[in-house]
Amino acid sequence: MFKDIEHLIRLAAVMVIALVAFIVLRAAVVPRSFGQYGHYRGAAISEIAARPVAFAGRDDVCETCHSDVVDVKKRGKHVVVPCETCHGAQARHAEDPGSVIPAKLDTAVLCSRCHEANSAKPKSFPQVVTADHSGGIACDTCHQPHKPKIEEVAQSATGGKK
Amino acid sequence: MPIPVEGFMYPNEVELQWSVLIVLYPFITGLVAGAFILASLERVFRVEAVKPTYRLALLTALAFLLVAPLPLQLHLGHPERSLEMYLTPHRSSAMAMFGFVYLWYLMAVLLLEIWLDYRRDIVLKSQTSTGFTRFIYRVLTLGSNNISDRSLHIDERLGYFITLVGIPSAFLLHGYVGFIFGSVKANPWWSSPLMPIVFIFSAMVSGIAAVMLLYMLTTRLRRQEIDIRCLDKIAQYLMYTFIIDFSLEMLDLLQRIYEADESFRSLDFMVHTRLWMSQVIIQILMGTVTPIALLGLVQILKLTETARKRIYALAGCLTVMGIFAMRWNVVIGGQLFSKSFLGYTTYKMGFASREGLLPAIVLMILPFGILWVLVKLLPPWLDTGSIPASGSAPAHGTS
Amino acid sequence: MDTTRRRLLVLLPAAAVAWKFVLAGTPEASPNYKLTEHWWGMLIDIPKCIGCGTCSRACTEENDVPVGYYRTWIERYHLDDWKMEKPEVESPDGGKEGFPANEIAGKNFFVPKLCNHCADSPCTQVCPVGATFISPDGVVLVDKTYCLGCRYCVQACPYGCRFINPKTKTAEKCTLCYHRITKGLTTACCEVCPTGARQLADLKNPNDPVHEFLRTHNVQVLKPHMATGAKVFYNGMDGSVR
Repeated sequence: MFKDIEHLIRLAAVMVIALVAFIVLRAAVVPRSFGQYGHYRGAAISEIAARPVAFAGRDDVCETCHSDVVDVKKRGKHVVVPCETCHGAQARHAEDPGSVIPAKLDTAVLCSRCHEANSAKPKSFPQVVTADHSGGIACDTCHQPHKPKIEEVAQSATGGKK
Repeated sequence: MPIPVEGFMYPNEVELQWSVLIVLYPFITGLVAGAFILASLERVFRVEAVKPTYRLALLTALAFLLVAPLPLQLHLGHPERSLEMYLTPHRSSAMAMFGFVYLWYLMAVLLLEIWLDYRRDIVLKSQTSTGFTRFIYRVLTLGSNNISDRSLHIDERLGYFITLVGIPSAFLLHGYVGFIFGSVKANPWWSSPLMPIVFIFSAMVSGIAAVMLLYMLTTRLRRQEIDIRCLDKIAQYLMYTFIIDFSLEMLDLLQRIYEADESFRSLDFMVHTRLWMSQVIIQILMGTVTPIALLGLVQILKLTETARKRIYALAGCLTVMGIFAMRWNVVIGGQLFSKSFLGYTTYKMGFASREGLLPAIVLMILPFGILWVLVKLLPPWLDTGSIPASGSAPAHGTS
Repeated sequence: MDTTRRRLLVLLPAAAVAWKFVLAGTPEASPNYKLTEHWWGMLIDIPKCIGCGTCSRACTEENDVPVGYYRTWIERYHLDDWKMEKPEVESPDGGKEGFPANEIAGKNFFVPKLCNHCADSPCTQVCPVGATFISPDGVVLVDKTYCLGCRYCVQACPYGCRFINPKTKTAEKCTLCYHRITKGLTTACCEVCPTGARQLADLKNPNDPVHEFLRTHNVQVLKPHMATGAKVFYNGMDGSVR
């Protein structure tokens, strides 16, 4: 009787060997931290958190060297606008000022992103149709970006970025 | 080259995620499930008439099942990591669980059933053949040469049991693919409890049609007589299954039209414009209504054998084309509209790229190549080199 | 941006330590950061959004987001007053360069969008291998060394916030600037927003101003019928928003 099911026993043996091989493979290959917090590789969390930052953060970092500009900004409407909103990510510049010189900004493009009139913008937000307002010339011709309100006509003639 | 967008799509939605290769995948697994169900008709439900197709159906299922993972591998961003699905399967993911359903079906059902049914032939061939093929046969015997009546009887009983288990397994195989789509609540074209059922029935339709066509083709190539009784029976089962499949799809459609929920207007517009050719013309009219009508005609009128064979060939081809179109409409159609229901994108299918038309064509031809090898190795027919049956040998699949 | 300033003052010691690591070129998570003490979300104040696109540009700069893909983007809505089911929406290049000038009547507003870091996220549910997950502090992340690139998660996200990075061929999306918030900084998008329309929220911190805000304002999440447990809250969002 045993002889007649010999082929099935051999088949079962093949399957058992395959299963054992799979279990061994699994123990060897699955990353150690898998399952640490849930069904994922726990080490991924610290790997993702280890990425270097590109934006420096609050104005106090810029203030360390550029206190004069930050003081001007504090006295105007743009006090709520972080430096990097216009100047872009400057963490590397803050870390080593000489290594990265921030690019000069093109106010004709930059300012209109926020201030070009658009019916979807809140009504209370200062916005103009630049074609009518300035004829398309650079905004810093008349406005000082760090303190944009034009106080006196005389002052604005000598305006421009610091 | 920018992809043309009509209306509004979320910015990341414009590019399609799943290509024609992912259309191929449910089509291929559908053929597998369908071919297997046809084979089980004979084994479990004792439908004597379809006996000539039994072994051919099993080999067809195997050839397609072996090719099934290939479109997925070509599609993955990192195919070298695909083993992760077996090493750390995420139990809540239908896709992960499907990896095991596939493995179960391949190993515990299909390969086992084929092995048990062919074992006598394998043992005899391992003794009579030469060279490399002899080596293959010897490996397949697993070292056991026992083909006594008792052992063959045990094989037959076990095979019956496996086929019995195999039927729900085949339903699970393709129903799962339906569930992979049907469980995505984010996509209203896919999300439906009917999806697994519709997939199962359309799989059966495509599998039965494919085996019917292959039987007609291979019998012709061997210059043998087609068993018309077998063909009539298969065509009948094809018709019944098709009617159920069509009813289910129409039920889904009617419900959607009536309820007209948030997504309906967007989907309706899509069907009337971008999916008009592939869904209404190819899938429904040419690929479903016409074959059902043709098969129904055969039941009503008294037609000659030749006329019936011609109709079956035509209906079979239209069916296979129709079911492919259905997979296309589900997979591609589900990605053409925006989840904001405000816009549509376009599918740009490449040709010679990794997920283009050319690999899709190659992958569709490949199973026939594999089938050719399998037929040479494990002939489903008596007359092409397999050993004449002894008195008590099981008579499955011989003609 | 008072709230962020206030938060930073509170976390200054930790930030100073972390900043030292940043300056030294070897950034590490702040040693005082405990995963179980935080549950991150975001607050977006629609009436304050001016659609300048700075958030989207900052995100791209901070996270090396590939061109043509968006971890965050801004949509502009227009509708006649009552036809809630037929808004006109546009998002030219994700709103990165702002929006073209126009003066049209009707109801118009901007909606910034990003990953909602869902507490019951459908994207993590469908991932076959566990490459995307929600961290113990409530941020949905992708382990790009483990991701297969099968794209199932991209299909499962109801909000369209995921994409496949063409270089790494893995799934990618907003990480809530995880590498910043674990060092006591805020996200890049919140950092640069000139009107304070976007604010990071720590829902587990009883002192976080988001709690008071949520109690006193009517807020919504996107697609609430999907029951995703979204943690990005929108103040003043119109019902027509998809």
